[in-house]
Amino acid sequence: MRDFEFEAPATLDAAVALLAEHNGTARPLAGGTDLIDHIRTERLTPDVVIDIKKIPELNILEHSADGLRLGAAVSCSRIATDETIRQQYSALADSASIIGGIQIQNRASMGGNLCNAGPAADSTPSLIALGANCVIAGPNGRREVPVESFCVTKGQTVLERGELLVEFKFPARPSGSGSHYRRFIPRNEMDIAVVGVGASVTLDGDTISDARVSLGAVAITPLLAHEVNDALIGKPATDETYKASGEVARSIINPITDMRGTREFRIHVTGVLVERVLREAVARAKS
Amino acid sequence: MSSKRIVTCTVNGREESFLCKPQQTLLEVLRDELDLTGTKEGCSNGNCGACTVLMDGKPVVSCLVLAVECEGVELETIEGVADHGHLAPVQQAFLENAALQCGICTPGFIMSTKALLRENPNPSEQEIRFYLAGNLCRCTGYDKIIRAVQDTADHKIA
Ligand SMILES: Cc1cc2nc3c(=O)[nH]c(=O)nc-3n(C[C@H](O)[C@H](O)[C@H](O)COP(=O)(O)OP(=O)(O)OC[C@H]3O[C@@H](n4cnc5c(N)ncnc54)[C@H](O)[C@@H]3O)c2cc1C
Ligand code: FES
Ligand code: FES
Repeated sequence: MRDFEFEAPATLDAAVALLAEHNGTARPLAGGTDLIDHIRTERLTPDVVIDIKKIPELNILEHSADGLRLGAAVSCSRIATDETIRQQYSALADSASIIGGIQIQNRASMGGNLCNAGPAADSTPSLIALGANCVIAGPNGRREVPVESFCVTKGQTVLERGELLVEFKFPARPSGSGSHYRRFIPRNEMDIAVVGVGASVTLDGDTISDARVSLGAVAITPLLAHEVNDALIGKPATDETYKASGEVARSIINPITDMRGTREFRIHVTGVLVERVLREAVARAKS
Repeated sequence: MSSKRIVTCTVNGREESFLCKPQQTLLEVLRDELDLTGTKEGCSNGNCGACTVLMDGKPVVSCLVLAVECEGVELETIEGVADHGHLAPVQQAFLENAALQCGICTPGFIMSTKALLRENPNPSEQEIRFYLAGNLCRCTGYDKIIRAVQDTADHKIA
């Protein structure tokens, strides 16, 4: 591998100062499951690698009346085994338990998954469906950006030079809500999503009072599907509603053809997955 | 050029200090600096699991860990599995079930199996298959590996 220097700052201020000092030639390291291979293959050529896993703010996992705070470097294994996340933010646990195999889940973080900005990233649709905000720290202080606005294009995010993703903030889950993430892959595990769908619904009796659906791998960045949300809110939680929402999802995407699937196949699968994910999210909302 | 660092950690219960460059992976250091060549290199990009070791008890692929990240951690590799020259039950079970042919995947499978059985002493077949999904084998077709893990869990092998 290419030469680089290594730093492991213990505080957020020190990490931001290091990133600023190296002005674009430094790269944060969380679990390294994307970064190390990107350096090895010289897709990225940082002069300094900054391990951010020792910073307390990036390792926070805290539930309160305000919702959930999840540090950007928390591993997928920790997310998938947190009982409150499994119950209240189930879509997040779904994503965390399908990213790679166990070896990858023990290292990979959702901050890394999002900052890598892949169109098929498996945690992003869940983060979007659950309404997460990104807390960003940089030389000019802090700012917050909703996850659906974080990826600008494939491989590029809103992070400016010297900025770091610190944590995700999720609103508290209203009673009667449920969520789910599911992807289509040709195998049972260890593959990249052909299509991925995350959804969160809130029920008022048998009526869907709120919904957020997010689609992955069907556009250059994962999408918040406003039109699908509109097709759900105020409707009864029935198979007809899910089917109609699947049709709406098919009509708003513009996927590509690649080795994982043709455009037509992706459009078809998107509708099927939207239906299935909604059915499961509603079942979880009721249980 | 980046300078070498001294890293101190525990490897198979013994404290070790080694010198490494920031760009050296844990896999490279285990094999090339510590002469622990039982950990194998397959793909070097995290997909095959041949390089699996336990880091603070958890399976990780050592090709996607920088050796400098290991300061203060506890590492377990295949060399630490046998007990004073006697095969551990999991190793015996792999042998008796013919759960290997060429053997390059075996150290990784054994390390993942050790972690699985510590977390879940009685896994179902489904749980075994999911836990071992990050370990690939081109020879056995997996069934014999699953049986070896089940036999280890059932204490069929002394
Ligand atoms: C075998 C294998 C299987 C995989 N399977 C899947 C899968 O099924 N689904 C999936 O979505 N992905 C998969 N991946 C990709 C990868 O594991 C995930 O994207 C993972 O979540 C990345 O997290 P990380 O902590 O390892 O990130 P890192 O590799 O540490 O970082 C990723 C990128 O983000 C930057 N970065 C990290 N944290 C921050 C931060 N806090 N602020 C600013 N920038 C940051 C880094 O500089 C780097 O460019 C797989 C990878 C492998 C090797
Ligand atoms: S060599 Fe590390 S996973 Fe293949
Ligand atoms: S025994 Fe040859 S790869 Fe598994």
